[in-house]
Amino acid sequence: MELFTNQVLAGIATGAIYACMALAVVMIYQAIDHLNFAQGEMAMFSTFISWQLMQWGVSYWAAFVLTLAFSFVAGIAIERILFKPLAKAPVLTNVAGFIALFAIINSSAGLIWDFTIKQYPTPFGSSPFLGSQLISTHQAGMIGVTVLLLLGLYFFFQYTRIGLAMRAAASVPESARLVGINTSWMIALGWGMATAIGSIAGMLIAPVVFLEPNMMGGVLIYGFAAAVLGGLTSPFGAVVGGFLVGIFENLAGTYIPGVGNELKLPIALALIISVLVVKPAGLFGRHIVKRV
Amino acid sequence: MSAAEEVVAEGHEAVEAVPKRAMTLSTTTSLVVLAVLLIVPLFAKNFIIFQLTMLLIYGLAVLALNILTGGSGQFSLGQSAFYGIGAYVTAVMMEQFNVPYFLCLPVAGVLCFGAGFLFGQPALRLSGVYLALATFALATAMPQLLKLNFLEKWTGGVQGLIVTKPDAPFGLPMSQDMWLYYFTLVVVLAIYIFSVNLLRSRSGRAFMAIRDNEIAASAMGVNVALYKTLAFGVSAAITGVAGGLSAIAVQFVAPDSFTITLAIQLFLGMVVGGVGWLPGSIVGAAFIIFVPNIAEGISKGLSGAVFGVLLFLVIYLVPHGARQVAILSQGRIAKLK
Repeated sequence: MELFTNQVLAGIATGAIYACMALAVVMIYQAIDHLNFAQGEMAMFSTFISWQLMQWGVSYWAAFVLTLAFSFVAGIAIERILFKPLAKAPVLTNVAGFIALFAIINSSAGLIWDFTIKQYPTPFGSSPFLGSQLISTHQAGMIGVTVLLLLGLYFFFQYTRIGLAMRAAASVPESARLVGINTSWMIALGWGMATAIGSIAGMLIAPVVFLEPNMMGGVLIYGFAAAVLGGLTSPFGAVVGGFLVGIFENLAGTYIPGVGNELKLPIALALIISVLVVKPAGLFGRHIVKRV
Repeated sequence: MSAAEEVVAEGHEAVEAVPKRAMTLSTTTSLVVLAVLLIVPLFAKNFIIFQLTMLLIYGLAVLALNILTGGSGQFSLGQSAFYGIGAYVTAVMMEQFNVPYFLCLPVAGVLCFGAGFLFGQPALRLSGVYLALATFALATAMPQLLKLNFLEKWTGGVQGLIVTKPDAPFGLPMSQDMWLYYFTLVVVLAIYIFSVNLLRSRSGRAFMAIRDNEIAASAMGVNVALYKTLAFGVSAAITGVAGGLSAIAVQFVAPDSFTITLAIQLFLGMVVGGVGWLPGSIVGAAFIIFVPNIAEGISKGLSGAVFGVLLFLVIYLVPHGARQVAILSQGRIAKLK
């Protein structure tokens, strides 16, 4: 039993990483209705920016705020320059665009900062949290930040005019335009916010997985899986999904014989798919009704 | 979140409708392309012939994805898994059981059809990104499954298997590469003709009806479950044959050749060629084979970035892929007449 609780705790700790990423994925999905495959790379690039700032002697929190601002502007710029022209193109063409963006960011980061693994500082320290060997203060801090972000987003979308406008622009663009919402800028804003959230995720994850251009590969896969499991329409679902995926993954690695590190991912994914077969819109997603 | 989200606007389909006739080339153009494909290898070096063979093989795999996505509107990131199964079935049969290569391909096709058909069953309940995730899971699992210990006897584990290239039969004066090229060409042509006819048949119309509007299709009496899984099966079978051919052409199979990267390449090939336009598959294949080399040639350190920029250029200029070019040039030619 102790092994079980320990593995669940460890799962929650890794799950916090996935939850963070999943939140960013859901954010952009809400804003643009696509899954952004380049999201992880964008987060990685932002994290490198903050690392570079710190190398230049900027303090952690100053670098944090500057990076958030940079990411927000960069996200809007990417939308305006690269994806606005593709707004009328077919969905699959947009997905190809994301893959292109992925390649561009990954390869430029490799050229600027090379592929060696770098240490990344944590603001929370890394001593054991409340005497538990499995969760460090950093991971506890990460969970805290994720929950705070979630609350913040909830209030933003539920209680502010601009949050409402963004939701309207994403779900019924035509009607939103008719009531005077600038839908095109709402999408750009969504990109900016998603990129900023992604950069927070990146900066929180970097102390755990270390900083390098390919650091987000695995994390993004789990982030997607978590977002889809929780339901792509629900930020709350994304966070719950993230923790669940972390726990699934750890328990599968512990209790199913013959499962090494290699098979952890396929088994976690298989579990997620079995959940989806029963609940096709994810655990907390809204079932979308189609008009014929 | 809001009630407004519950209703998706009309006409917002994941894959746009392509009229049936627009899915193929005219007879004259087809014959010209065929002639080029027949003649070029006679004047090329062995390495170029090998690359052309790979072009045909990738074209075949892209075509398979095109039938699934462009035809029936289902999206798959798991094509690399079926490609891998096909390649491994062929390699294991050729090397461990000494079966002649031309008999391995149909077996690979049939097995992959089964695998695809079975995978299509749970996939039935999923669509859009959820289906993408499910197929993606298949793609990430495949290399790990191929490495499993108890299969190692046949598959050679992580090391993979070396496959011997067949000689030209009947003492034909041809290099191995050239023979394999013509062999591949015949297989690809046969499958292309089959696919074109499939999409024109009752089944093909059912696929397209499902793609355009699933509910309307089922109201018209189309057995949605059957045709969706059938599309998966056919697509997997063709991908498997392509995988088998690649095992023979590359002379080597290893688990890490069949990762998600391959599935993404095939997807890019489909977009560049034009979703739902079968002849575009070969254009898309050319893109995914040659453009990374070109990018590497422009800048070694930034090859990924150059590739991304080139890809962006293509989708800006022709968001509908090669199909758009074909339709434009057709219009121009018609005006000249």
